[in-house]
Amino acid sequence: MYRYDQYDQAIVDARVAEFKDQVARRLRNEITEDQFKPLRLMNGLYLQLHAYMLRVAIPYGTLSSRQMRMLAHIARKYDRDYGHFTTRQNIQYNWIKLEQFADLLDDLSKVEMHAFQTSGNCIRNISSDQFAGAAADEVADPRPYAELLRQWSTLHPEFSFLPRKFKIAVIGSDTDRAAIQLHDIGLQLRRNDAGELGFRVYVGGGMGRTPVIGSVVRDWIPVGQFLSYCEAILRVYNRYGRRDNIYKARIKILVNELGVEEFTRQVEAEWAGLAPLGLDAPQAEYDRIIAQFAPPAFDPAAPDDLDLSDPDFAVWVKQNVHPHKAPGYAIATISLKPKRGIPGDASSAQMDAVADLAERYAHDEIRVTHSQNLVLAHVKKADLYALWQGLDAAGLATPNLDLVSDIIACPGMDYCTLANARSIPIAQKIAAKFEDLETQRDIGELKIKVSGCINGCGHHHAGHIGILGVDKKGEEAYQLLLGGSGAEDATLAKILGPGFDENGIVTAVEKLIGFYRSARSGPQERFLDTYRRLGPAPFKEAVYAG
Amino acid sequence: MPRLLTGNRLETGDVLWWTGSDWSPLIRDAVAIGDEGEALLAQLIAAERINDPALIDVTGEPGNWLPTTTRERVRASGPSVRADLARGSLSTDII
Amino acid sequence: MLDNQDQQPVAGALAPALDDTPARLRFRDDAPFESPIAPLADFLAGGNFAAVRIDPGEDVRALLPHLGRLKLVEIAFPKFRDGRGYSSARILREAGFAGEIRAAGDVLVDQLGFMRRVGFDSFAPNRPLDPAVVAATLARYPFVYMKAADGLKPAWALRHG
Repeated sequence: MYRYDQYDQAIVDARVAEFKDQVARRLRNEITEDQFKPLRLMNGLYLQLHAYMLRVAIPYGTLSSRQMRMLAHIARKYDRDYGHFTTRQNIQYNWIKLEQFADLLDDLSKVEMHAFQTSGNCIRNISSDQFAGAAADEVADPRPYAELLRQWSTLHPEFSFLPRKFKIAVIGSDTDRAAIQLHDIGLQLRRNDAGELGFRVYVGGGMGRTPVIGSVVRDWIPVGQFLSYCEAILRVYNRYGRRDNIYKARIKILVNELGVEEFTRQVEAEWAGLAPLGLDAPQAEYDRIIAQFAPPAFDPAAPDDLDLSDPDFAVWVKQNVHPHKAPGYAIATISLKPKRGIPGDASSAQMDAVADLAERYAHDEIRVTHSQNLVLAHVKKADLYALWQGLDAAGLATPNLDLVSDIIACPGMDYCTLANARSIPIAQKIAAKFEDLETQRDIGELKIKVSGCINGCGHHHAGHIGILGVDKKGEEAYQLLLGGSGAEDATLAKILGPGFDENGIVTAVEKLIGFYRSARSGPQERFLDTYRRLGPAPFKEAVYAG
Repeated sequence: MPRLLTGNRLETGDVLWWTGSDWSPLIRDAVAIGDEGEALLAQLIAAERINDPALIDVTGEPGNWLPTTTRERVRASGPSVRADLARGSLSTDII
Repeated sequence: MLDNQDQQPVAGALAPALDDTPARLRFRDDAPFESPIAPLADFLAGGNFAAVRIDPGEDVRALLPHLGRLKLVEIAFPKFRDGRGYSSARILREAGFAGEIRAAGDVLVDQLGFMRRVGFDSFAPNRPLDPAVVAATLARYPFVYMKAADGLKPAWALRHG
């Protein structure tokens, strides 16, 4: 993975020093809260219901054991012993004090981490595929390009006061594990007929108040020019994105209002002027970064067979382990959705456990998924059993990847000032109805996503079942949506009917699943596919009739 | 309906309630705010030391206040899903 | 009261009055240009102006045919969060404009670094800036990651010579 050189470290150190100075000036009342707020947001610090919340950047969701240990240390020293992994592959701490923030940033910078641009109207964390570098269906590892984007977008002087936040995702395969069509810019690595590497560029996807699936703006741009192309997109957005209404300020609105053709024409015209200006990094820089993502030296003699005689281990392998491109290896997903737990949360002890296990069994590398789980991407099959035992001891071996209890939930009104309703208790109540693993496996793949407000940090529009918390005359209420998908077959979930209270939404989900099990063409047909086959009408009847 | 004055401490982000003379992290110490509330708010906003000062509706009586909204109850007690993090101002049971 | 974080609309904010006084902060060697600064519409209508002002919603490219006779372009920032002026400045520099580009209005010291990078070389902030903070801000970053309008070599250029 990428290691900072003197330039990266110097920039982080300067940013930390700058922010320390800004905090000091704020505490001396030399700048107002209104002036300070965008500055602290550009460093990932929100004021939430209980305290400041800090969102630490985990670039494209990849971190080392050393970095994970520091995240555990941060949780112990500055927070209340836990952190929350988010739907953009970052980590959030909920109990941070502003007066300690400078020290915290110092600690992070020692392990090449920071919280820049995880908030504010700027380019946010670049997200990517959690199986990058390990998946067999990959054209190339997308993460070097995510790193190029990270550097290009850090403290970009023209794009630090955008109309609204800006999110970019990069993948390297046709299978979309990063929901690129639901991002402001989505980039898919591909080869053209001549075998050259380039990107298909999607623009204008997003969720929130106006969910939209992104449009292809350019079918192929050579990798050597993708940064200047992104620059052109950002400039069109910065100049013409709406600034009169926060709910109409994302690039998706601009693309929709101009129409894809006109938007594309403007981007191409802008790019024609930018392309010759030498904005793109040279091949030598690409080579330097790509070399840092070279796969670990896989053992060619690693045995490919697996002893599944332990039934609990076998269940975990079946559910949480994916094939690796190298024989003898596997990709292991660590579920952060334990029974009666809080989706995406990990204690400092668990973070340390993951760091130890990654060091021992996974070439020291950990990924965060946008489903709020963790991945160890390079595990020898021969080590899987020991890994599983280690995970089990730390409460991290729940074998529920993509099952009904693997629910994505934003922090919701238990933590967040923007929320209309609590989301974590809803996720817990639903999961509690389906605790039995046999039942879960019978139901099969079912992605439930819960957001506490229309901002949609729980990605409810991409849920097979989506739940949206709303405010109904001062009471918490929930809307039920069906049929969303954030994969390459991207669709937006649609509201099924009238909303529910807290108990009603759980019952509604039970009815949906009950109907699915009765109506599916066979046990192999996923919930989403049954819905697509039958349409919403019979599901609606199952929930609302009688 | 009684109103309390609440906000977050700039330096720490801690949730606070106005006691009439000082800020307390415990809602039970808060005093009901009368007509002087709007002027107090304006003063606080100008002083820039308490973030997001606001007047919130409560029921009950001094020493035993209960915010009317779930949001403010969560703010007063802590995350409803982590009773162990409750700050002792109000139990999470009341959310 | 909700902390709306970064969610505040800025379009429609009142623009400051035309500023004819020399900028309070200037990074040029030539003499400050004293002259009426025309609003864009007046300038394009054919008035004999050497200084023009661009509001956030106006297209700076309308000036490109006229750069030869312009000494000063003042780019207005009615609200500091409205970042359109950064693109305007950089577009002018990309077009080869070597005259003065001034940021006027709600300009905060913490933005100066970005503004210098996109080509602003003078500033007329609504409120005076603390010179010590200005100096510290502009000296803050030893390196940059990307090219802009200031000619600074990005990290990748330093890495590979």
